[in-house]
Amino acid sequence: MPVNDAAKGKTYPPFEYEVGKEKIKEYAWAVGEDNPVHFDREQARAAGFRDVVAPPMFAVVYSWGALGPAVLDPEVGMNFAMMVHGGQEFVWGEPVCAGDTISTEGSVKDIYERGGMGFYVFETASRNQDGQEVVRGTWTNIVRGV
Amino acid sequence: MDIELKVTPDKYLPHRYAGASGDFNPIHIDREFAQQVGLPTNILHGLYSMAQVARACTQAAGGDPRSLRRLSVQFRGMGLPEQEIVVTGSENEQGVLALEAVQGDNRIIKNAEAELATA
Repeated sequence: MPVNDAAKGKTYPPFEYEVGKEKIKEYAWAVGEDNPVHFDREQARAAGFRDVVAPPMFAVVYSWGALGPAVLDPEVGMNFAMMVHGGQEFVWGEPVCAGDTISTEGSVKDIYERGGMGFYVFETASRNQDGQEVVRGTWTNIVRGV
Repeated sequence: MDIELKVTPDKYLPHRYAGASGDFNPIHIDREFAQQVGLPTNILHGLYSMAQVARACTQAAGGDPRSLRRLSVQFRGMGLPEQEIVVTGSENEQGVLALEAVQGDNRIIKNAEAELATA
């Protein structure tokens, strides 16, 4: 049975996230990032950042809020019981620092079937308060047995 | 450039990562729930394992978080707490880093590709 790709191209309202110094620290500690530019404001500024800087993969923290409504959209219609996170890509731009406000737009990039599995590909594009792109994410979810 | 990073996530790592990331899916933090849905125990967040690949890349580039320009991964086997993760990678002819992450014989991330900024 072919997958329903009616939601392909659909976009969702932007999601705003205010980046806090202590949240960066909490995330960096959890994933083992020990560079002081993630904890210490003076060292971050000495290294050329506006403030404490987020590790690259902090992207998941501020962009997930934009992806949730797309993943849960009944029009997309994923069977969550059979879903796995198959792949992930991030392309980074301007660094994200404490005090930034990041706005992320989510969209359905592609829906297709291959080998009896449904591939649901979502894209997020995140910009800071100055309009600079900070990251573009591609999130691939695979649903077995479509 | 050859890359290697080893890390052993402790028993409570998935709980700390859940709090830090906001992903409280019970398959990551509730052993009994995970076993009820057929998993051996609660499993690592795939994006935590990806963060270890990212960390291996920035460390190899001297630690500057700006050095990592692109990272793509495919998730495969389930990552488990209390088992050592080994991330390895090497540069191909196109200057792209090819990486993977394993726990013993279990490949948890495969076909990873990273591009680093040239200093």
